[in-house]
Amino acid sequence: MPVERGKIREFAKATMSDNQAYQGANPVIPPTFLTTAGFFWQTAESKEAGAHGLDPKRTLHAEQEYIFHGEPPRAGDELTAQARILDRYTKEGRRGGTLTFVETVVEFRDKTGRLVAEQRSTGVQTSHAPKEA
Amino acid sequence: MTTTETRAVTVGDKATEHTFGPLTITDIVRYAGASGDMNPLHHDEAAAKAAGFAGIFSIGMFQAGLLATFAANWLGAENVRRFTTRFKEQVWPGDTLTCTGEVTDVHAGDGGSTVEITLTCTRQTGGVAIDGSAEFWLPGPETAEIVRSYT
Repeated sequence: MPVERGKIREFAKATMSDNQAYQGANPVIPPTFLTTAGFFWQTAESKEAGAHGLDPKRTLHAEQEYIFHGEPPRAGDELTAQARILDRYTKEGRRGGTLTFVETVVEFRDKTGRLVAEQRSTGVQTSHAPKEA
Repeated sequence: MTTTETRAVTVGDKATEHTFGPLTITDIVRYAGASGDMNPLHHDEAAAKAAGFAGIFSIGMFQAGLLATFAANWLGAENVRRFTTRFKEQVWPGDTLTCTGEVTDVHAGDGGSTVEITLTCTRQTGGVAIDGSAEFWLPGPETAEIVRSYT
């Protein structure tokens, strides 16, 4: 995944940021920017390999975390991402029904192989279709 | 002209709260395009209603991104080392979101200071849309300092 200057600028505008760190010739990425990797750079083959088996119609996003090992990546960086499932467990919901949680991590490495960032996500599948709270 | 502001960061410090919105469908769609998340529940009214929702609703990662904008403006985009959010309540078109943050810990290390903060993003109803925490590393040998440049 190439980290692109125009994409950073677009993402900053979409998240209503006028921070100068995202402008200029060599901008740093916004904290949640790496969410774009899965939508624009992940291959169909990789998505299939990382399938966690939850039904998307009954699955909610519970938690998302970004970890940066040093300063966040900048435009011009070339990253390689690898996704894996960290954990899968069930809990009984308060209103009955079983909740299935799946935690995944995507590790981002630079050209030298150094781990520069991690994206950790927790999804939860409910027994019934999610409704408005 | 550039003005630089420097001050120490201590436990209990609160960021100046920031409000986003009222959020429009256009705002949500712009985020959908920028992030690549084209799930129809977030831009197609008919699809959202067919799935049992009152209408389209925001993407959780959009409000997470707004909370990140708030946190990065406070402590510096280059300084973020961890950013964690938990999704609590859905956000709907027309919502106004208020972001708040507080320093919970400051400790020295690596020639600077690590600052831990809690973050909350609240809807106009008083309900918490998302909450979370983050860690920033600020340069400075003794106490953490915020250095912000305004141009």
